[in-house]
Amino acid sequence: MSDVSFVVNGRRVSGAVEDRTLLVHFLRENLGLTGTHVGCDTSQCGACVVHVDGRAVKSCSMLAAQASGSTVTTIEGLASGPDLHPVQAAFKEHHGLQCGFCTPGMIMTATDMISRHPEGLDEATVRAELDGNICRCTGYHNIVKAILAASKTMSKGATKGKAKQAA
Amino acid sequence: MGIEGVGARVARKEDKRFITGAGRYVDDMVVPGMKHAVFVRSPHAHAQIKKIDVKKAQAMPGVIGVLTGKELKADGIGNLICGWMIHSKDGSPMKMGAWSPLAVDKVRYVGDAVVVVVAETKGQARDAAEAVEITYKELKAVVDATKALEKGAPQIHAEAEDNLIFDWEIGDARATDAAIKAAAHVTRMKIVNNRLVPNAMEPRAALGHYDKAEDHFTCWTTSQNPHVARLVMSAFYNVAPENKLRVIAPDVGGGFGSKIYIYPEEIVCLWASKKTGVPVKWVADRTESFLSDAHGRDHVSMVEMAFDKDNRITGLKVDTIANLGAYMSLFSSCVPTYLYATLLSGQYNIAAIHANVRTVYTNTAPVDAYRGAGRPEATYLLERTMEAAARELGVSPAELRRKNFITSFPHQTPVIMNYDAGDYGASLDAAMKSADYAGFARRKADAARKGKLRGIGMSCYIEACGIAPSAAVGSLGAGVGLWESAEVRVNAVGTIEVLTGSHSHGQGHETTFAQLVNQRLGVPIDSVSIVHGDTDKVQMGMGTYGSRSGAVGMSAVAKALDKVEAKAKKIAAHLLEADEGDIVIENGALKVAGTDKNVPWFQVALAAYTAHNLPAGMEPGLKETAFYDPANFTFPAGCYICEVEIDPETGTTEIVQFVAADDFGNIINPMIVEGQVHGGIAQGIGQALLEGAHYDAGGQLLTASYMDYTMPRAGDLPSFKVSTSNTPCPSNPLGIKGCGEAGAIGSPPAVINAITDAIGIPDIAMPASPSTVWAAIRATKK
Repeated sequence: MSDVSFVVNGRRVSGAVEDRTLLVHFLRENLGLTGTHVGCDTSQCGACVVHVDGRAVKSCSMLAAQASGSTVTTIEGLASGPDLHPVQAAFKEHHGLQCGFCTPGMIMTATDMISRHPEGLDEATVRAELDGNICRCTGYHNIVKAILAASKTMSKGATKGKAKQAA
Repeated sequence: MGIEGVGARVARKEDKRFITGAGRYVDDMVVPGMKHAVFVRSPHAHAQIKKIDVKKAQAMPGVIGVLTGKELKADGIGNLICGWMIHSKDGSPMKMGAWSPLAVDKVRYVGDAVVVVVAETKGQARDAAEAVEITYKELKAVVDATKALEKGAPQIHAEAEDNLIFDWEIGDARATDAAIKAAAHVTRMKIVNNRLVPNAMEPRAALGHYDKAEDHFTCWTTSQNPHVARLVMSAFYNVAPENKLRVIAPDVGGGFGSKIYIYPEEIVCLWASKKTGVPVKWVADRTESFLSDAHGRDHVSMVEMAFDKDNRITGLKVDTIANLGAYMSLFSSCVPTYLYATLLSGQYNIAAIHANVRTVYTNTAPVDAYRGAGRPEATYLLERTMEAAARELGVSPAELRRKNFITSFPHQTPVIMNYDAGDYGASLDAAMKSADYAGFARRKADAARKGKLRGIGMSCYIEACGIAPSAAVGSLGAGVGLWESAEVRVNAVGTIEVLTGSHSHGQGHETTFAQLVNQRLGVPIDSVSIVHGDTDKVQMGMGTYGSRSGAVGMSAVAKALDKVEAKAKKIAAHLLEADEGDIVIENGALKVAGTDKNVPWFQVALAAYTAHNLPAGMEPGLKETAFYDPANFTFPAGCYICEVEIDPETGTTEIVQFVAADDFGNIINPMIVEGQVHGGIAQGIGQALLEGAHYDAGGQLLTASYMDYTMPRAGDLPSFKVSTSNTPCPSNPLGIKGCGEAGAIGSPPAVINAITDAIGIPDIAMPASPSTVWAAIRATKK
């Protein structure tokens, strides 16, 4: 057994887990954060993507014990307050989801992608960087559209923020 | 059209829970005392079970029960069945072999369930499953349907001699042979439709809970049709009578057909819950899904298409062998027959058609309906053959198609279907314009200068959906009726619940069904809740598949709304002291036409429930139920154009543009319809370029994970250019044709026609992977 302790969605949590427990199982089973999904067993589908210390990670590819000590954000903790995160809002506006199963992983990947590309994104980059996330419903068309739109919104927001700071 | 009514591009009501991680799928369900099941599956494609020793497993930590097929049989649980009877042309019924939910004497494919282990944790169940000792005597296996029919092939079921399930025909053999004999030209093709794995992103799962005090079962399952699951588990599998069995399909993460069927696992979880006294949950690993979900397609066909001297099609002869796998899945028999051969007329006027279909057992996973189900196979066969014919005849593929289009409706084909409406020329024109078909030669020349091979291909598909008129399918062998039910419950404050037997697993019913209510009653869609997926809430339903939720499910809602509206008008007329015939519903109020006298909707609802002042003799309340049975299939159709650029050095195919021009009849929400088309096209491109389930000769599935089975990813696909030019469907009250499967039906031949055009070869196998394409290019240079 391993003792683990994290900050998950802003809340400090700890527990004792079997050594073989994956981060995704700890999140789902111990914390009841079932928004993070398991769609495969070979770390291919990306339905389980969360942010560990600010980076997108497939939570099936990491032991809970490995992640101990880190700060984890899941889909449930992405938005602050009652408002949707701009990426969540863009997925809704552009119909970037159908069955919703891959969606949490897509949104967590997209958020990370946008933050790594403050200069903005183009379609080819978005498609290339979605390599680790599989969707069977949408044909990716509207996911790509939603990510491009969110990237625009967020870079506008960032520019506004900077402008405010400068003023 | 109001801002939330029919035709409006309304964002989905259900999205919020999915984008915030609050969706509730079966694996998210927790019941107090719940334990975990793991199945021990056959590692052999074909073997006798000599001995099962569970002693070691039973002694493992956390183990609650280790159960076998013998115990299951002893408790009277029945075999799985195929619910659609097909008779061979000699009149004999199809040869259905026994399929026990847990194999007893013999296993017939890799993945066949043999033993179930229930333990405190999934990890413990998995460890114990590895300790179950099963002694097998291996038998020779056969995975290829053509080989399975050969003399001396391994015999898979005692009931089916030579592994032949049925040998069925449709159409007029003599007239077709005569047309071929008299033809000015005959195009002959061998058409192979590759085996696919549906791969909904949510793996199948089941949670069975037996309540001893009530002697009642609850099953949470990943189902597209929970009522059908309850019916079949009660009537055929002897799990429990219907009133003692509640089936709940909560949020379901995609289906594409694979979640229509009742599989061994939900039966076993329910039975095991009673046996062990604990709620039992099973969730498939992805590899388990690959092994045990029903696969799709897997046809081999020989085709002869006859033309007269004016290039008009005079006859079509088809001989198909369809691989149904190791057991007959629930609707497996209707896929290569009534969902396939009845569409062989395509969009074309063909006087004589004959198709012969043999279905065959092999040592592979069961094959059943996968998005399109039979119609992609028919479309691929026809549209590849049309393309080949155009090249042989030296005419434009577009003009050959146009010349043979059906242009007047209704049109009776020689293979049962009666097309009610369509305009195939309009879709072809729209697609060619959108694709700048006329500019292709220039683009091809530009590509050649860069050393690339550019090709263009089209496909004009038709499908039959809105499945289906009950009497018609009953006469063809269906074991169930294919109507749909709806209940509209108006609450006392005017808000509304619509209960439907349709099931949404991504289709957006919570939005589109509410849009219909908004259109009819003016109630905002936020005040309309759609209830589905629970047999305790919705009385009965046939579920969602065959692009039927709009055409059939919403038609049932429309019928129930008619009744609600009629009663509401009576109440309003009484309150307003007006004639019932003068009442109209506008902007959320019931009005006397041409006056300013009105009563708001909520007041009518309240009046129905206070019952203080209702017309004499009227029952209180405002709630109506309807069952809608369609008058005909619906016939969505369209034209897809694919343009590819191939790198001859690597064999990599890039889809440089993909155009879809569809006719879906009336559309409730264009945003959702476009999404359905996008997803369908992606699956069709997947079939054409990337996907294929491969078994080795011994029956091991080589493509059993996402490391081996190539799922389309974002980088494999372009953005799509989709449009519609619609002719309303005259066969249902809403004029809807259905759009869920079109993309997967129409796209594969467009892609392969483009690739063969680019390389200048008559045919290439699907999936046209880079190595296949590279080899084909090399072969042209020899």
